[in-house]
Amino acid sequence: MSRHIVAAVDEIAPGSCKLVTVKGREIGVFNVNNEFFALINRCPHQGAPLCQGEILSRLESRSPGQYELTHRGEMLRCPWHCWEFDIRTGQSWCEPDSVRARSFAVQIEPGAQLAKGPFAAETVPVTIEQDYVVITV
Amino acid sequence: MNVTLLDRKPEPGRQAEIIDKRFTGFIDCDVHPFVRQSSEEFDPFLSERWREHRRTIGARARQGLSKATNYPRMSPGNGQRMDAWPAGGGFPGSDLPTMQAQLLDLFDVAHGLLAPLVGGAAAERNVEFGAAMAAATNEWQLARWCIPDPRLKASVQINIEYEDAAIAEIEKRAKDRRFAQVNIPPRGLEPLGRRRYWPILRACADADFPVSLHLGGTNGHPSTGGGWPSFYHEEHPSYVQTMQTLVTSLVCEGVFEQIPNLKIVLVEGGFAWLPALAWRLDKHWKRLRAEVPHLRKAPSEYIREHIWVTTQPIEEPERPQDMLSTLEWIGVERVMFSTDYPHWDQDDPRFAFKVALPETWRQRIFVDNARALYRLD
Amino acid sequence: MEPVPPSPMQPIDCDIHPALPGTRALLPYLDDYWREHILRRGLEADNLELSAFPANAELNSRPDWRPARGLPGSDYDLLRGHVLEPFQSRFAICNVLHGAQAMFSEDLSAALCRAINRWVAAEWLDRDPRLRASIVVPPHSADLAAEEIERCAPDKRFVQVLMLELTELPLGRRQNWPIYAAAERHGLPVGVHAGSSFRHPPSGLGWPSYYLEDYVSFAPGFAAVLNSLVTEGVFVKFPKLKVVLIESGVTWLPAYLWRIDKTWRGVRAETPWVDRLPSEIIREHVRLTIQPFDAPPEQSQVQTLIEQIGCDEMLLFSTDYPHWHFDGGAAVPAGLPPDLIRKILIDNPLATYPRLS
Repeated sequence: MSRHIVAAVDEIAPGSCKLVTVKGREIGVFNVNNEFFALINRCPHQGAPLCQGEILSRLESRSPGQYELTHRGEMLRCPWHCWEFDIRTGQSWCEPDSVRARSFAVQIEPGAQLAKGPFAAETVPVTIEQDYVVITV
Repeated sequence: MNVTLLDRKPEPGRQAEIIDKRFTGFIDCDVHPFVRQSSEEFDPFLSERWREHRRTIGARARQGLSKATNYPRMSPGNGQRMDAWPAGGGFPGSDLPTMQAQLLDLFDVAHGLLAPLVGGAAAERNVEFGAAMAAATNEWQLARWCIPDPRLKASVQINIEYEDAAIAEIEKRAKDRRFAQVNIPPRGLEPLGRRRYWPILRACADADFPVSLHLGGTNGHPSTGGGWPSFYHEEHPSYVQTMQTLVTSLVCEGVFEQIPNLKIVLVEGGFAWLPALAWRLDKHWKRLRAEVPHLRKAPSEYIREHIWVTTQPIEEPERPQDMLSTLEWIGVERVMFSTDYPHWDQDDPRFAFKVALPETWRQRIFVDNARALYRLD
Repeated sequence: MEPVPPSPMQPIDCDIHPALPGTRALLPYLDDYWREHILRRGLEADNLELSAFPANAELNSRPDWRPARGLPGSDYDLLRGHVLEPFQSRFAICNVLHGAQAMFSEDLSAALCRAINRWVAAEWLDRDPRLRASIVVPPHSADLAAEEIERCAPDKRFVQVLMLELTELPLGRRQNWPIYAAAERHGLPVGVHAGSSFRHPPSGLGWPSYYLEDYVSFAPGFAAVLNSLVTEGVFVKFPKLKVVLIESGVTWLPAYLWRIDKTWRGVRAETPWVDRLPSEIIREHVRLTIQPFDAPPEQSQVQTLIEQIGCDEMLLFSTDYPHWHFDGGAAVPAGLPPDLIRKILIDNPLATYPRLS
């Protein structure tokens, strides 16, 4: 693992992303309300260039007809199939634990499905050092 | 500390990747060319009368909104892949160099079958205008797409509510090998197997054109048998019911007895639903045979002989290995790969299948089935 | 037809169809006002058969269940001899299919439904302690339907609310919510029975020619029903509600679940109250009766489909008497594991219909 400067802090404005290539891998570096996060530019679903998707907020609701805007500017939507990812953690919001074969006798528990499973975008550690954004790959 | 200062410019991206040879050279059975900005692009192919009509009255489909869809999509451009907007402007799919970079050259595609969902010819209520737009769309496909890039094959557009014009257009294009099939809108005024459509279907078969039923459009009927849904979340999967109804109608009306060399391709409708529909048809046909004595074979036999499906949007079984049994139940020889470039739910050939296909299956699905059906080199 | 061996398991039959012999049979059960209304118009002479279920079509009348005289399913003694005794059923749920659910006049529809429910209680439930019934409601009038649910609910022999699959609006639409509120309040599942009032063509493509096509299209129609119930958030708003798909076909279900899950992952943001996979919601809230099963040719395929359904609580035993979906006593598809058969015959119906216990 080595550390790489990818940008000056003020180069990536809040709410935007800079695409860089490190060691042959494309990485998106995001400024989310002046915190920095990085994701590998590859959607775990079908390999789309994830970091070219939109940075958005999350549309949520507790009840039909009721709407809440949350996680403002903290979500990334894949440019292809629109899967939504939390930029901070890379976690896909919607995925099931679909790699595990669903066995016949398993009872489905409500609430178990937002599993932190394999369908997460790959995160890359980011630090700020003397006004530079540094990632470790 | 070992810090590397980077070149700040990002790499051009996917073009630089080496694509696994197994996923190159395929035949893409569903590619969508678009107009750059508007239907004005068809004007060179329209008479002055229809140019004027297009500018004033414009396209009129059986719906409440004149210039937007009943069920708006979830991404800009009415449901396009967000990274497919050409650098020089215009809609995704409207720029041939971008299409080449992102699809045709990237994967060294052997052939791409065009499905133009532009111009509104098929849904047009003024059937003369519809026929004129159909002919214009056919000329547009040649001029903007098939001539500059002969890997692309056009689909004959028609309006099926205007029989004479439709048959004339089919016959006109019959010997033109730049056209690979006839596009018929899946949502017509009546189920496609009904007698009123037989002359058009017969003309397709006589011209050796498979008929491609590409999802989309509206016919003024609620898209479900129980009324109009509220949401795109319902509309998107409702096209599966459209495809199921088409298969049911074509089979039960005896179209395949009437027109034995008719070939039907269901495009963008998914495919995992097909085996259960065949079982259901067989089961209830046994009880109700007396109602349909013109059927001399079980429905599943007609399906197996006359129906093909394209892969996109690829099914995503919970257990990936169930893809293999699904393909087997349909018949591997009936399944053809498609991307649906540049729509949002398009499939990448490298990652669409979550299970390793046997090599012989891959070869058939990605190349040989389409090559045989469309008689491509 | 072979005789049916008695079953040691005493199943619960979740779908039988007692048939009204004719509209006149409702006269004693109508309110005075509506009896006068109907007689004055000569409606008692009308045959209000649903075109979704022509009584004499081969599919709807198994030959050995067809009476010498009268409509199939209209005779209690025959019902007993044809299914209750041979299957040793501990309960059978009466789902009356009738044109009352297709009438355009809302009040007339409601009046006829009321009479049907009184008729089924007096002439069926009162005659045999094994019989239970669904409350027939006017599906196009949610408020009147809710009233009828309130009226019938105190009689615990009514175990379900009967809706028709294809009506004027998709079933999940908010206009229908008073029905679900009333059903949930009383712990009654909502049974959605195959068929249509044909306010619209049975598919999105206009009117097919043949009854075979109509009947086949009822299975795809249920996919649209589930799309609506899930997407509109019916199970979010009514978290205790259970829905039973009756005579829906079974084998279409796995491919449907895969597809709706796939759509949801991309389109979730349009209807954000759907906050988990549709397949999870459906496995929790939706059940299906097993006639017709629409089975594949090989037993191994049946096995695979059961695994793909992925929940052993979803299937409910039914004969669908007098419709013709199996011969002899072969009501359960071959190739199911014994544990699952027991669940289908007994445990799942008991869990789905709390009033049976």
